[in-house]
Amino acid sequence: MPRGKVILNELEFGITIQRLCHQLIEEYDQFDNACIIGIQDRGSILSDRLIGQLRDLVSGDIEYGKLDISFYRDDFRRRDTVIAPSPTHMDFIVEGKRVILIDDVLYTGRSVHAAMSALQQFGRPKSIELLVFVDRRFNRHFPIQSDYTGLSVDAIDQAYVKVEWKEIDGKDQIKFFAHKVKT
Amino acid sequence: MESGQLSTRHLLGIQDLTVSDIQLIFRTADGFKDVLNRPIKKVPSLRDVTIANLFFENSTRTKLSFELAEKRLSADVINFSAGSSSVAKGETLLDTVNNVLSMKVDMIVLRHPIQGAAIYLSRKINANVINAGDGTHEHPTQALLDAYSIREKYGDVKGKKIVIVGDVKHSRVALSNIICLKKLGAQVKVCGPPTLIQKHIQTLGVKVEYNLDKALEWCDIANVLRIQLERQDIKYIPSLREYAIYYGINKQRLARLDHEITIMHPGPINRGVELNSDVADSEHSIILNQVENGVAIRMAVLYLLAGTK
Repeated sequence: MPRGKVILNELEFGITIQRLCHQLIEEYDQFDNACIIGIQDRGSILSDRLIGQLRDLVSGDIEYGKLDISFYRDDFRRRDTVIAPSPTHMDFIVEGKRVILIDDVLYTGRSVHAAMSALQQFGRPKSIELLVFVDRRFNRHFPIQSDYTGLSVDAIDQAYVKVEWKEIDGKDQIKFFAHKVKT
Repeated sequence: MESGQLSTRHLLGIQDLTVSDIQLIFRTADGFKDVLNRPIKKVPSLRDVTIANLFFENSTRTKLSFELAEKRLSADVINFSAGSSSVAKGETLLDTVNNVLSMKVDMIVLRHPIQGAAIYLSRKINANVINAGDGTHEHPTQALLDAYSIREKYGDVKGKKIVIVGDVKHSRVALSNIICLKKLGAQVKVCGPPTLIQKHIQTLGVKVEYNLDKALEWCDIANVLRIQLERQDIKYIPSLREYAIYYGINKQRLARLDHEITIMHPGPINRGVELNSDVADSEHSIILNQVENGVAIRMAVLYLLAGTK
């Protein structure tokens, strides 16, 4: 199995998350009328980390939810396997709120598109901004861009970028593979 | 993203499902249950799928439940009832279905009075087939929603003691339930008059108890079945009154038990026969939860089968 090249090590990984938190605070200050929503399942690992640090930095409470997008994906019946859903944890509506949507990798833009469809079931947000850990800039299928980016990666379509997490993969790092590998 | 794939293209019976299939259906139903509790109860997953509900036998809740599940998934739905169709003019099942399929239908939900009708159809056509009850054979979605309701109330089905009470002989619900519950690790007994319990049912791994009070004393959950007079060509019981005395569940009977049990019923209930109103409408009953869970389970089955290439 290809080992992949580390493009963001553990130290840089932590600093990047910290930087993203501070960028959010610059824009949202005390997060009044704002909420953070992680896209299940790997986007919500990033959002868990961010919310953990933000709650230490911000005095008030921040509304936080996790959104499963399986039923809204546009590749249903076009893939070899069905994607089994993860739980959605949304105990608030987004009507009139400023939503910060969080995912690990922005690639084709289809997941974010599905997330925006799923989000409509919870009301009409005032605005939606997108935060991603990795932005693969040149492989977009939809006109979707991130507002906050941890790391930009320019790679050909066959390449694969994986965000690895301590709690799942044993180490915090981002790896680059020349070809997609089955994990 | 966890990918999930059923081991089968059709849902013909619980017999064909593996334990991981059943667990996958339950996990998917959890997601749909969440959707059903939102203000907007619809998802777009099956927007390019057409489903035909072919009901060659009467049904109220199964048909409504399937239709609602299909609509919640944004599928296009056509309905067919045998009474108002060319079946009355002598058309065969395969001809009827092939005609429906030529209208570009992707999935068939079939209820039929003859055992094996769904299996036969699945061998002849390309569309996914879901058995919504075939004679006295199987009713898989009912068994799935029953087990799902038990899981919801108790956290797990494994190790639970369940007694199936009533007309086991004519019940497809009983057969599917027994297979499903055994696969999930529950202990199952059947209870009813000897004439309404098949010989050799023990070969399915269940015990037989003819005394209702003893059965109720043993169990955590009683799944109560309807006396199916329409399937009985001869008299199996002397009278409904006598049946109600020996096998009807009422409040007094439950009060005599040393523990509380949960009451389930697949419906429709013959009130005053197998179940008294004071039990059917009590806090012990999860009958309406079963109906609610039926939509989520059917959405999960349709979703997982439709996604199978």
